[in-house]
Amino acid sequence: MSLISTLARLEAVQSGRAQPTATVRHRRLSERPLVFVPLTTAGEAGAPLGALVGTDRERPRLLVVPQPRDRELRFAFLAELAEELLPYVESFAGETQAETRNETDPETGKKVKVEVELCVDAPQLIVPSRAGVEFVRLLGRSMRFRRTAEQDPDTPYPAPPRVPLLGRWLTHFGERAHVPGSAQLLAMTELLGRHWATGQSSLEDQHLGALLAWIDPPDGSSGAQAAFEAELGRDKEGQLLCPPAGPATDPAFDNRLLAPAIERFDRARTALQAAEDGLDADDRLGELSAAQREIASLIESRTRPTWDAVWRGIDLLRTLPEAPRSAERWTRDLWSYTGHRDRVLAGEPPQPRRDDAVTAARKLQRREEAQARLEAQEALDDPLVMAGRRLTGEAFTGEVTDAVMAYSEDKRPRPRPLITVCTQDQPHLGAGAKVYRSLQGKPQSAEFVGYDDEGGVVLRILDKMGRGKEPDEGSVPAKGDRLCWTLFEHDARGGAKLPDAEQTPWTHGGPPGEPTAEQPDPLTSEDVL
Amino acid sequence: MTGSPSAFDPSAFDPSAAAAEATTAILRDTLHGTDRGVVVDSPPGAGKSTLVVNTALELAAAGRPLMVVAQTNAQVDDLVLRLAEKNPDLPVGRLHSSDADAYDKALDELPQVRTSSKAGDLAGLDVVLSTAAKWAHVKDVEPWQHAIVDEAYQMRSDALLAVAGLFERALFVGDPGQLDPFSIVGSEQWAGLSYDPSASAVSTLLAHNPHLPQHRLPVSWRLPASAAPLISEAFYPFTKFRSGTSHGDRALSFGVTGDGSAHDRVLDEAAVSGWGLLELPARHTPRTDPEAVRALAQVVRRLLDRGGVTVSERSPDPAPLTADRIAVGTAHRDQAAAVRTALAELGVQGVTVDTANRLQGREYDVTVVLHPLSGRPDATAFHLETGRLCVLASRHRHACIVVCRAGVAELLDEHPSTEPVQLGVTVKFPDGWDANHTVLSHLGEHRVSCHP
Repeated sequence: MSLISTLARLEAVQSGRAQPTATVRHRRLSERPLVFVPLTTAGEAGAPLGALVGTDRERPRLLVVPQPRDRELRFAFLAELAEELLPYVESFAGETQAETRNETDPETGKKVKVEVELCVDAPQLIVPSRAGVEFVRLLGRSMRFRRTAEQDPDTPYPAPPRVPLLGRWLTHFGERAHVPGSAQLLAMTELLGRHWATGQSSLEDQHLGALLAWIDPPDGSSGAQAAFEAELGRDKEGQLLCPPAGPATDPAFDNRLLAPAIERFDRARTALQAAEDGLDADDRLGELSAAQREIASLIESRTRPTWDAVWRGIDLLRTLPEAPRSAERWTRDLWSYTGHRDRVLAGEPPQPRRDDAVTAARKLQRREEAQARLEAQEALDDPLVMAGRRLTGEAFTGEVTDAVMAYSEDKRPRPRPLITVCTQDQPHLGAGAKVYRSLQGKPQSAEFVGYDDEGGVVLRILDKMGRGKEPDEGSVPAKGDRLCWTLFEHDARGGAKLPDAEQTPWTHGGPPGEPTAEQPDPLTSEDVL
Repeated sequence: MTGSPSAFDPSAFDPSAAAAEATTAILRDTLHGTDRGVVVDSPPGAGKSTLVVNTALELAAAGRPLMVVAQTNAQVDDLVLRLAEKNPDLPVGRLHSSDADAYDKALDELPQVRTSSKAGDLAGLDVVLSTAAKWAHVKDVEPWQHAIVDEAYQMRSDALLAVAGLFERALFVGDPGQLDPFSIVGSEQWAGLSYDPSASAVSTLLAHNPHLPQHRLPVSWRLPASAAPLISEAFYPFTKFRSGTSHGDRALSFGVTGDGSAHDRVLDEAAVSGWGLLELPARHTPRTDPEAVRALAQVVRRLLDRGGVTVSERSPDPAPLTADRIAVGTAHRDQAAAVRTALAELGVQGVTVDTANRLQGREYDVTVVLHPLSGRPDATAFHLETGRLCVLASRHRHACIVVCRAGVAELLDEHPSTEPVQLGVTVKFPDGWDANHTVLSHLGEHRVSCHP
């Protein structure tokens, strides 16, 4: 934890309210995000229990699996989820704009300009917490290799038609959530945690109710008190007043309310199957749907508070203006969305179970680039973030106290002006260190020359001064300018060029060979579901 | 962890012969073996660079074009200079990036060294050296018959993937006990895959080619007899190594008698035993603990003021301990910066101050180290990493002085390792927790308490 965030947390403890750690919103928030609040069954990895989903905060769609161990009911849930999610995801696919992109021609090996489509907007999924992101990934993993009856008439448990496609999209969102700065799939706790520091630990910040209590405590209550109540407050029946944001549920809810309700459902179902005549069956069907309604209302009672909390979080975040450079990162999300749309349309197989060596290395490289870019962009967009970097000696702000023209000793002398910056910050400048400042959105670099007698930082400007002997107007700082210089670069450098997968070298196991069609996980004797 | 007693019987052990035997076997496998790769594990100061230079000369003499992959520009420049020193007639190419100051300007003085930022300009030279990052951008060239990959345990698997197409066969040399490579984003997604891109190049190489011959260098020429047993026990419990020198071969003494202060007493202790622990009172502090930083600076100041003199096997005459033979090691960059400032205030110049990552592969007479866990309220995986402590505690030829807040042993006991277990990942022994305890209990015998 950096010194400035420690300070913010201490201030939060002292004042009883979360303190801002950002002055702008560093992630794009879609005009029409889809909020997804899933619940999972205790003890059954990846067995959904229910969910609230939708784009309209007043009318979420409630989906319920009354008996989570029943494969048929689970498929019915996933089919309904696909009905709700896929139209939303696909609604952004149609509206595109033309973009040109540089591509390497496979035959000539030359760079050519290609005109491609780019979707003008993209879906955005918001889940309550990091665990929700992981659950999205898991759902995607469990669905994308399923076969429908149409794809494979012999499959023992055919999946409903759109379920494998939903699995592919959820896998895409889950992968995208690993890319720093991406806004395709966001966890509300992480979004809020990025913009506010609370007086509790970062582990406690994963409780959405407690986090909101710190940021926006009810009147007359301190953040600490409200967070305490959100975490531990229970009603007369021993149920949490603020249910956990999931997907895991509270054991007290599971034991006292959910388990008996599921048992009633099971009994009603067995009774229905044993019904002897039509009249009897009608009565028992009534009992079954009553049991089903009871479970549905229980699930709604646990998801609705979280649903409302997520929308409250969205409201809070919308009070901040969007950071200028988040648009650039959102464009990368648009490219990613468009790319996956094209792969689905082209009939490509679902994402493989495991990345091959080259794909894994490429993903890691891109994510590291994205991380470096994100850190730089957040600092450049936000003086409060930059203050943190200044405090760690990675940036400094100061007034130009002197500017002297000088030239390089080349055959054609180039302008290399020397400027002196007087700063209160303590940057970690080593001999010959490079520093950067933003000049009309582009980074201008300078070299650290040394300190003058009064401790001013002397810099030699190196570029962005035009082609002539005299620097362009406004490209050299003048006496009296206040500037912010960073020791980190403003854009991430592209990583090493990796071989094609077919060229995987012997050190990494050689080429992966022809991809074989992925099969769903085989059934084993331990599969009791 | 019981080694064969006879192998460690001091009277029967001839370090030079043991080292020479290992080197001969390595050269035999590299020059005449049938495997595409050879792996050499080298403990701190075991003559890794010498091995790389000698192997390069042998391969060049055998007429096999060679590329050398190192991890940093400083390492590449160092190897070029060593090669030039050993064989001034050997044509050597230094491939470098197009940045200004991409390489050491001392190379321009050497007529047999050609420098270029394009691999094509260096074609046909016997040996071409560069960093892994630069090699990764080389394409459309005839593959080299042979490569030497230096510091292979610090190279990431994805970096090897980018350059492995450039060579037919390779010798991988490195120190498994130093810092593992790291990535700035999470990589749990690939944990357990044989080609996990965030793992070290050697672990991927061996996962795919388990039959490759593996050697190790058995003797540390850098570490004194007082340090080799501890470092070997704490960080290399299954592949023990020995010091190339015995207890009487090296000595550190001071011209000026100590003034009785804690700083002087810890120096005296370190001069006698090779280790010193300057213990400050227990306290939770920010990373740049001002008292610890001041203590580090004062120890260095006294080290210089007291006219340190070293005697070693290198020369019969005592040599003065100068600033360039002293290093200060820290875990974080801001700590290093704070120490530099404190040293400047005391008028000390020329002492190297850097983080463990940057001190890897370097050697000094005396090191002064800020313990990674000093003053911390928690023991994170970063601070517990075995390699970090190993690097900091194995840079010295004579003595190592550790500055630390009291209470680290209790801190360790409160923070057992809790990293999630990943399927398919080889568990690394010893873990940082264990190694820290081993080092700490040894340092405890050389403790001097300090109350600033």
